[in-house]
Amino acid sequence: MGKKIWAIFRKDLLIELRTKDSLNAMLFFGIVVLVIFNFALEAVRDAIHSAAPGILWTAFAFAGTLGLNRMFAAEKENGCMQGLLMLPIDRGIIYLGKMLAAAVFMMIAEAVIFVFSLVFFNLTVWKEIPYLALVFSIGTLGFTAVGTLLSAVSVNTRMREVLLPLILFPTALPILINAVEATSIILNGSDYQSLRLPITIMSVFTIVFGTLSYLLFEYVLED
Amino acid sequence: MKPGERSGFDRLWWGFLLVSMAAALYMAFIQAPQEKTMGDLQRIFYFHVPAAMTGLTALAVNFIASLMFLARKDRWWDNLALSAAEIGVVFLTMVLVTGPIWAKPVWLVWWTWSPRLTSSLVLWMLYVAYLLVRNYTADPDRRALMSAVFGIVAFVDAPIVWFSIRWWRDIHPSPMLETGGLSPAMRPALWTCWVAFQVLFIYLIRRRFFLESAQQEIEWIERRLDASR
Repeated sequence: MGKKIWAIFRKDLLIELRTKDSLNAMLFFGIVVLVIFNFALEAVRDAIHSAAPGILWTAFAFAGTLGLNRMFAAEKENGCMQGLLMLPIDRGIIYLGKMLAAAVFMMIAEAVIFVFSLVFFNLTVWKEIPYLALVFSIGTLGFTAVGTLLSAVSVNTRMREVLLPLILFPTALPILINAVEATSIILNGSDYQSLRLPITIMSVFTIVFGTLSYLLFEYVLED
Repeated sequence: MKPGERSGFDRLWWGFLLVSMAAALYMAFIQAPQEKTMGDLQRIFYFHVPAAMTGLTALAVNFIASLMFLARKDRWWDNLALSAAEIGVVFLTMVLVTGPIWAKPVWLVWWTWSPRLTSSLVLWMLYVAYLLVRNYTADPDRRALMSAVFGIVAFVDAPIVWFSIRWWRDIHPSPMLETGGLSPAMRPALWTCWVAFQVLFIYLIRRRFFLESAQQEIEWIERRLDASR
């Protein structure tokens, strides 16, 4: 099973690393969001530190949606869906491979957007990095766990790219709320004990939606 | 019976609906005692709360119908899921409209981001998203599949949304906070209204269901005409 997931994952990663189509768009869009928020929150520029976690996750979610949109669109445009469907493997395995690929793209984008945000918001982090990495990873896994399924749903509709954020953001709200909360606990230097609750909720969400999507995926994968 | 036609049961139910609605109006506006601090304003409660309860019932029906559709692949279940979702959104909209009307004079604001309000709004958004998925999928079979999947996701998501919002937002004091229990004198009116809303829900869902069946029949006839041409 691991080998099969790896094959799907590696395929998506290779395509992306060779074309860099979505990754470029994700990175640039994330940075654009940071800049826009900087102007939108001009009135509270001095307190922008406290808004940083929210701004960061907005940028992550927008960038992530761009990436998720392309997960199945490319397959569809190039007529590769049939190839995927013909593979003698469980559809859930295709889901897991795709989901991991989406999570890796999103994490790469997050890392770059985060570095930019350090500059824009004058943040200094050093020993917080492992904690942030943990929160970003769980948040990203949860977001892509449900995002990959919904991306496959939206690619089947007439509006495709337009529909995904409309259905994904309300669904992924628990992840976003808790990710923002956890990030703000870390960046504001309050005690790490209180990290336990948001991380637990995010993990529960990820497991529930990972399992649910794994089971439901066979219904949404159509040529 | 042709789809869209009213059966004897429907006529009987229609009469039952009129009676229960009249009873609900009487109970809410005349029988129920006036509330001590809010006065007559509080009477919106008899519409606000039953609408919320009925909305949630509709969403549960949508969830079960979505599961059944995936298991049986029968369009009957898809029709039921659609009808329940549309009517659920109508009732949730009613909740979100009557809420602020009640809130403005009592809390002095239209809206606060308290847990219950926020999660009701998100729930409403989830099911509007469900209707969007349906709207934007042209092929009927595909539409049924995609919306069943999203219906299940939305219903599973609802309690998680509720908990995550409650855990984080409860820290802030909010002007709402419900009064302890409901006074026993107000209970009959509440339950009469609840019955009236449930009767209305069943009536509406039957109408909507038959409408959808009629629509399907038209589509089928059109396809057959196209084929014979």
